[in-house]
Amino acid sequence: MRALHERNLRTFLTDVIRWNLRGSLGVQLFRLVLVGFMGFGVYAYSYQARYGLSVTGMNDIVSWGFYISNFTFLVGVAAAAVMLILPAYVFHDPDFHRVVIIGEGVAVGALVMCLTFILVDLGGPLQAWHLIPVIGIFNFPSSILAWDVLVLNGYLLLNGLIPAYILYSHYKGRPADERKYRPFVFLSIFWAFSIHMVTAFLYQGLPARPFWNNPLMGPRFLASAFAAGPALITLILAIIHTSTTYKIDRSVFNKLRLIIVISAIINLIMLFSEVFKEFYFPTHHSISAVYLWFGMDGHNSLVPWIWTSVCVNLLATLVLAFNPGKNNPKVLLPACLFLFVAIWMEKGIGLIVPGLIPSPLGEVVDYLPTWVEFSVTLGIFALGITVVTWLIRAALIIEQNYSGV
Amino acid sequence: MSSKKIKNKEIRAASLLEKKSTRRNFLKGLSIAAAAGSAALTTGCIPAADAASTEELKLRWQEFFKKNYRLMTQEEKDATVARLERLSKLNANLDVQMGSYPPLDGVLYGYAFNITRCEGFMECVTACVKENNLDRKTNTQYIRIFEMEPGQLDPSTGDGQYYHEVPVDNKFYMGTQCFHCEKAPCTKACPTKATWKEPDGIVVVDYDWCIGCRYCQAACPYYGRRFNWGKPEIPKEEVTRRQHYLGNRIRPMGKMEKCTFCIQRTRKGRLPACVEACPTGARVFGNLLDPESEIRYVLKHKKVFRMKEELGTDPKFWYFID
Ligand code: SF4
Ligand code: SF4
Repeated sequence: MRALHERNLRTFLTDVIRWNLRGSLGVQLFRLVLVGFMGFGVYAYSYQARYGLSVTGMNDIVSWGFYISNFTFLVGVAAAAVMLILPAYVFHDPDFHRVVIIGEGVAVGALVMCLTFILVDLGGPLQAWHLIPVIGIFNFPSSILAWDVLVLNGYLLLNGLIPAYILYSHYKGRPADERKYRPFVFLSIFWAFSIHMVTAFLYQGLPARPFWNNPLMGPRFLASAFAAGPALITLILAIIHTSTTYKIDRSVFNKLRLIIVISAIINLIMLFSEVFKEFYFPTHHSISAVYLWFGMDGHNSLVPWIWTSVCVNLLATLVLAFNPGKNNPKVLLPACLFLFVAIWMEKGIGLIVPGLIPSPLGEVVDYLPTWVEFSVTLGIFALGITVVTWLIRAALIIEQNYSGV
Repeated sequence: MSSKKIKNKEIRAASLLEKKSTRRNFLKGLSIAAAAGSAALTTGCIPAADAASTEELKLRWQEFFKKNYRLMTQEEKDATVARLERLSKLNANLDVQMGSYPPLDGVLYGYAFNITRCEGFMECVTACVKENNLDRKTNTQYIRIFEMEPGQLDPSTGDGQYYHEVPVDNKFYMGTQCFHCEKAPCTKACPTKATWKEPDGIVVVDYDWCIGCRYCQAACPYYGRRFNWGKPEIPKEEVTRRQHYLGNRIRPMGKMEKCTFCIQRTRKGRLPACVEACPTGARVFGNLLDPESEIRYVLKHKKVFRMKEELGTDPKFWYFID
């Protein structure tokens, strides 16, 4: 550990990098695997860069696919950090104060993934600068996509800078000045809701797509995010608890479980309400839902997908709610994992793809991602995991060894 | 970064992209990809696999940094058109005549489709593909013709994939394409203003400004837009060489395109290719502001309707019945 007077911004950065390059054999191996996935993702993307999006499974009817599905879901994961920020900074909950930094790390990782997904989905990624105000044209406020770019980058900035400031203060051996960062915390809370609502409005604002053009979209995005995000954070906290010396209190898990259960139930109620509207008296606006749940004209690739998702979701929610293992982590943690995966299935592919099928002229096709899409997606996940582990590792070392020095 | 360095990087990236990556030299492929990616991103220009001459690289470089079409002065428009013509010569040895002529004064284009007359021959589709240099590989078509059952007026109930002799008894035919909505949801959605409605009512795309996000495609309620998923392929001898910057010039990969009412023809006072090709006279095109025009006659004297009127998009495309 460096002496106090030697610590400055430069040593802060070099220390963070140094800590992250060290580690046991297992950690190194884990990193190697991640780098391998990222490399393979870049390799797959090189095909896309050369031959265009024709190497994906998308076409003029299903014009958004796996990338945008994952993007949509991950916005939710990013927004869910607010479920830790709110109690930690606003209600001064001491349990959450200890873990909020981890939630923020997850948010940053999720946002990095979101932005990368958008980038790889573009037909002209090198023209992306056309989006930057001043040097390009930013169609604001008319285009919701312009709004989305704005809120996502803003949220990334907030969630990167607040923890960076706090950690740097601790690194320098002094407590962070709450008066300085508190306004930004409030801003980031507001912002977390906005990234989710705006992303929902992206779809909700399209009368051309009745499946999406539904006022419940935004609220349901929030509910599912506040279930899936904390479920992921629970899993990460459990990993930290077992594999590092940073111990996490039981009560944190209990409170997180409460948040997950409430959100998951609200999510299911809204899902039920949507399904009721589509099927009680089906109109020609219900055809996408019919395609999704029952298939159409012999095309039914999403039918097993959505039924699996909803059944798993229901089961996981019940397990989390009734807690049959009496707080046994061997029961609750898998339930969190299953809930997370179920929501990923439903709020990713299960939301984006049927919105585009049938086409506005009634044509039904099926969509299957290609190996390029899978590999690029895996690469982006590896990138996200790398970002999260780097941030959390640095944060834990500082919190454990430096704060209070 | 000096421009020479950039060029070097481009050339390197180009030659790297040229090489084939097989399973055996997978690792090599990896580094190729990384190098190509970083070079492409830092130089900010897609390195063409066969980018050879410095002249071409210079032109590409200038093209990369040009503005949105609507912000260009006439000189800048002329310059980019000249560059594109030259690039087409260098790349494909094609002599094209590209224009950037402005809308005619006092003109607002409208279209009407006679569902009584159309017999589903699809001559219009063929003419459109040819005139607008549409990709032959993926069989891109702006116009769709649906075979309809009597008693139906919504194309989604019809058959858009028929392969049999037409006309069939007791069926009728309905064509769709981009309807050039007055309140177009597609232009509202675009995050970069790469697509807009021209003063003569034509909804166009600036293919070089588009970033290929496909939000406009999701926003269009009429399936009016097509995306260049790969590089468009057109046999050299079939390329229509009289082109317009906003119209039928060959689109780059990864960009959105759509029907432009044949802007390259109609702004010179000619009819769109589909109207000219139709053997039954089912297609009517003209100036909505001219009380003497045929389209105004149709709107006044025939029973007309528009598709998905309830969405409030106000399409400038009417169906009518004799
Ligand atoms: S038909 Fe579609 S593409 Fe054409 S102007 Fe209307 S919304 Fe835009
Ligand atoms: S695909 Fe192009 S024209 Fe369409 S919304 Fe995106 S940038 Fe605009």
